[in-house]
Amino acid sequence: MCRDCGCSLGPSVGRAPLAAHRAPAGHAESIEVITAILGENDRVAAHNREHFDARGLLALNLMSSPGAGKTSLLEATIRALAGELNVAVIEGDLATENDADRIRACGVPAVQITTGNACHLDARMVHDALHDLPLEGIDVLFIENVGNLVCPASFDLGVHRNVTLLSVPEGDDKPEKYPVMFRGSDLALITKTDLLPFIEEFEPERARSSLRQVGFSGPVIELTKRGGDGFVSWLGWLRAEVSAQRHRATSAG
Amino acid sequence: MHELAVCQALIEQVERVARENDARRVVSIVVSVGPLSGVEAKLLEHAYPLAAAGTIAERASLIVETVPVRVRCRSCRAETDALPNRLLCAACNDWQVDVTAGEEMLLKRVEIETAESPVH
Repeated sequence: MCRDCGCSLGPSVGRAPLAAHRAPAGHAESIEVITAILGENDRVAAHNREHFDARGLLALNLMSSPGAGKTSLLEATIRALAGELNVAVIEGDLATENDADRIRACGVPAVQITTGNACHLDARMVHDALHDLPLEGIDVLFIENVGNLVCPASFDLGVHRNVTLLSVPEGDDKPEKYPVMFRGSDLALITKTDLLPFIEEFEPERARSSLRQVGFSGPVIELTKRGGDGFVSWLGWLRAEVSAQRHRATSAG
Repeated sequence: MHELAVCQALIEQVERVARENDARRVVSIVVSVGPLSGVEAKLLEHAYPLAAAGTIAERASLIVETVPVRVRCRSCRAETDALPNRLLCAACNDWQVDVTAGEEMLLKRVEIETAESPVH
């Protein structure tokens, strides 16, 4: 039993399905298994999703390179949604409580996961963090992943949507360089577009076509440092997702 | 380098299979990895000895089968090979395709030696 939340998640109850084929008994045996290597992570991720769905809250995984503006976007979003939606944040970094402190300064609960040298969050880390986060009354949980466009792509956290930021200084061909990450995203945010006049080699249209080429089919929103039409679109996307998740929770429940 | 974490998850699966089949040692492990899984075969091979050290699979050989990316076109229905960062139909160049292979990250087979094995 999961110690704190009373759910059925144990430390090692999962079993690799032992499918069919076994060579005749003898000294050497070849056992056919066919199971997802990250099956245990997937199981915990599904469990996290059950926690979220039971409360009708929307969980989002925010990913990008280091420095693309994830925490700044969260700060602006929390301020814009104050009084309308209740937000909580899980922060993932190799070290320091800096980002969680920034979020707490906006008046919302935040838990910092420090991964040490681990380059990504996994479902178990998120599950453990959930025990330190009061989820009652929360509408949106943001999980800010470790800044990294490679490793986080392989680990399901149990969220409902993946959001990936691509900042202008990184170059408009980033999706082609990190196809797995962008392909697995539901929304792409092009950030720091205030810098477009200074970084002429970045063309938003080329970034869109690069996204399409790696199989990304979601919406793309361009954001400036503060405010603007893009920010309004981002809030609109968020509100629509919150309301869709509430609807799913109500019809399921 | 998340391949170490992936290898640790792999070893846990292999240990379970070994336990359930009364293995004395694990001889080989076959995994199947596609480019869209986000895992590099070479890095997996490098990380493996670190994750396997001190386990029943310590001396096992890891065989990584790589799977090519395949896509099926929604317009012309052709199924063709594709590059991980260029998921386009090779027949008509349309980008509206469904990936049919290349996302795998599977443990396929474990070869073990059981207690009844003859001693060499």
